[in-house]
Formats: sequence, structure tokens, C-alpha cells
Amino acid sequence: MADLDGEFEPVLVGFFCNWCTATAADLAGTTRLQYPPNIRPIRTMCSSSVDPVYILKALLRGADGVFIGGCVPGDCHYVSGNFKERRRIAAFKTILDTLGLEHERIWLRWISAAEGQKFAATMREFTAKMKELGPSPFKKGWSI
Amino acid sequence: MPQSAVLKVKDGNLPNAIKDFLKGLLEKNLVEALLVPVELPSGNNVMLTLVTKVEKLEDARPLAPVMPVNAAKIVSTLTKLAPSEKKIGVILRSCELRALTELVKLKQADLTNLILIGIDCLGTCSVATYGMFCRENASPAEEFLKRVADGDDSLLREACRICEYPAPINSEASDITIGLIGMDWKEGILLQAASPEGELIIDALELGAEGDPSQREAALAALTEERIRQRDLLLQQTEQELKGQDNMLQLLAPCVACHNCRIACPICYCKECLLDSPTMVEFEAEKYVSWAEQKGALRMPADSLLFHLVRLNHMATSCVGCGLCEDACPNGIALMKPFRLVGLRVQRLFDYLPGRSLDDELPLTAYREEEFGELGYK
Repeated sequence: MADLDGEFEPVLVGFFCNWCTATAADLAGTTRLQYPPNIRPIRTMCSSSVDPVYILKALLRGADGVFIGGCVPGDCHYVSGNFKERRRIAAFKTILDTLGLEHERIWLRWISAAEGQKFAATMREFTAKMKELGPSPFKKGWSI
Repeated sequence: MPQSAVLKVKDGNLPNAIKDFLKGLLEKNLVEALLVPVELPSGNNVMLTLVTKVEKLEDARPLAPVMPVNAAKIVSTLTKLAPSEKKIGVILRSCELRALTELVKLKQADLTNLILIGIDCLGTCSVATYGMFCRENASPAEEFLKRVADGDDSLLREACRICEYPAPINSEASDITIGLIGMDWKEGILLQAASPEGELIIDALELGAEGDPSQREAALAALTEERIRQRDLLLQQTEQELKGQDNMLQLLAPCVACHNCRIACPICYCKECLLDSPTMVEFEAEKYVSWAEQKGALRMPADSLLFHLVRLNHMATSCVGCGLCEDACPNGIALMKPFRLVGLRVQRLFDYLPGRSLDDELPLTAYREEEFGELGYK
């Protein structure tokens, strides 16, 4: 995907926990904070409901980056969902890293419901970083 | 109670000595059934067999160097619905015992009333190789053991060549260990009790002299060291050859999505696999065409990389490296090496060794508040 200037615009998928990051996104919107429109938000009930298979499928089907937003440690609505997700992501990234697949395209961050500013700033940072990485090699591979 | 004993080998016939030990278990009612490898009437393969009558042990082949199915899977079949009410003795190699430990933790098997007999394993060959070897040798198991002990590992499956656990490691889960490594097979082998049940058995069989484990331990340490060296060498090479999307796709190019690797895997246990579920595979032509349109073309069956990466993601923490996934592939995809490589990395991340202990928590069911920092990795 390219914008009008021909610059690469990454396709980004965001899985946002309902109790924190999704609310922070809402807050960022209502306070009119600007951030790039590349991210496609998907609200989930907990960061721990984001199984790596969803992340992988997004990447293999053409996403350039996947962002998972969860609650700050200690604040999980379900007590320990974010800690469990962190383990899963650590394991999953280890798998990708070992096989030389780009684990840098997956971000896990904690953003609380009150942090509209942090949400917008993180989205700017994530988009810039994914732009830097360029199009995901999975995008072109039809034989995957 | 005796902790260990020497199992005497009469007339230098090792298979018979172990067979006699097994017969003793049934005859003295120490178990009501035994799950052991038995030679099929066809004579070209052994299969795990549930034996209840002593005379059926005549064709038992506890030393047969072949593993058509990981025994942990059979124990799961036997005990998944309900714990066994009958006392069943099971002979298991190290990788089978480790896989069983993982399945117990995954609530897919129950050890109640099972007597687990771990046995040293120098390695196995493929089912096809074993069939040929049987035709060429009168006593295939002994000949095979001798060759491997003399350093000839050409017959071994690659997974066995780099297996750093030739002896059962989780003695707490097992009751008795049959020690072969470092022993004089013409004279006697070592029986070691690992539980009060095991001690009872050794006592009841009236074997006499206590064994001396030091000889076996020394030989085992040397073998383990050599295997680890071979493992690291092979996996280092694997990592170089495999890194990157192109190399991964080259590896998986022959995949026809038969999912045999998943069926053979002792750790993959889901009744309904996500990768066969409507969520993943049942779509109208329109949907597939829309995916094809995104990239101009779409390999069918689709999602080979997705399948293998998801499978890795599900079982890497518990992979015991038995290599049966590779044996099961109709197109000979070398799956064992990447699975072992990734398995080791993921297991090290959580300081977890599959099969080490029933008390070690499964890494993905647990967490620590302070680990991995905020980013989730490194």
C-alpha cells in the first residue's frame, strides 16, 4: 500500500484489550489527539485472548505489523491475563526469531485506560517503526 | 527394601533375561497386564501390546530398536477417560516417559495403578529399516545394540543420534529403571527402584544381589556428553540452513497438509484441532479467490507455514524430540531438526525441561510478575 506521495504505508492490525488500550484509544479520539490511521483496531476482552495464531494469520495474510495492547501489570481485569499473554508472546517471538522470521513486527505494550496520550504516542512510534522495516516479506509470498 | 538389584543374564541371552523379568511381574501378580512391544505374527514389526497371559510374552521384544508409536500416546488412550482400575505395567523409553509426564500435566493421561518401567534406549531405527534388519539378522535387537554400543550409529534415526537422554530422567514418575548402558550384557543388567512400588517389585522377584549403579552412571555420562556434542553440531547447522522465510518455505514445499506429523506427535492432543476447524479451513471459493487476488496466486492446500508454526507454538514447550513427526511425513520433510532447535530455545526461555518432573508447571499456564520486561521479549 502506498499513499499519494508513493510512500510505503504499512497495514497494521491492533488487538486492544477492552479494559485498557481500547478505552485509551477512545480517550485519544475524544481528546482529538492525532496519530497515523494505519492501525486497524480490533477490540478483545483481554490481551490474553489474542492467541498467536491470530497474529500469525494477520501477518501471513498481508499485515505489516501486529500490535497487542494490554493492561499495566497488576491491573488486569482478569487478574493475570496480561502476564500470561506476555509469556505466550515471548515464546512465539522466540520461535519466529529462531527461524529467522521477523518477530520485530509484533509489539506487546501496556497502555492503561487513562493513557490517551501514551496511546497516540505509541501508535505514532509503532507506525514509524513498521514503515522503517518496510513491507513484510510474507505479503508477496503466495506459496506460504 | 532393596533399592536395586542385578538382573542376571542366563546363557548370555539378554532379551530372555528381560522377558523373564516381565514374566515374573505377571506370574507373581505384581501387575495384571503389561504394555510391552511384542513381535507381530508377521515377523517384520513389533507393536506395543497389552499382554495379560504369561505365554503371550514369548514374543515380547522389549529391546526392539523401533518405535512405531510413542508409548505415551497409548498410555493416554488407556487412561484418558478414567484412571485404570487394573494394575498395568508399562515399558517406556526415556522420550516416551518424558512425553507421558507432559501428557499427565496436560491432563491427557493418569498414572493411577500404572507401574512405569523405564528402560535405557541407545536409539531406534525407522520401521522400514527394522523390517529389513529383522530379515537379515537372527537376533536383531542384540545385533543392533552391539553395533550402536560399538559406535556405529548409521542405523539410528537422526532424532536418536542427537538424543541426550538415552536413560530415563524422571525417576520420580517411574517405578523401576532397567539399566543397560555401561553394563555387561552377557552377565547382568541393573534394576533400580525409583518408588516404594518399585522396591516392592524388586523384593518380590527375589533377585538377590544389590546392583552397583556407578558403572552405568559413568558410561551414561560419557554417552550423554557425546550426544550433546552431536546435537549442538547438528542444530547449529540446521539454524544456518533454515533461517529466513525462503529457507522455511523450501523446507515445507512438499507439505500436502495431511497433518500426519500432528497425529504422530505424542504432545499434540487436542480432540478438535484448530487447524482442521471451520475457523481455519472451511471457506467458500469466493473467499479463497479473494486471498488469491491479494497476492495474485494462492498455493493449495493453503497455509503450510501457518500450520507448522502454529503446531510449533502449541507444543514447543513440551517437545521431547522423539522425531516421530518426521517419520510420519509422507514426503520426508525433515521436521525433527527445526522442532528440536525451536523446542530447545523456547524451553530454555522458561528454564523448562519437558518430562523432568510432574511438579514443574507447564510454562504457558504459569507466569512470573517480574520477567521479560514490558515488551514481552528479550
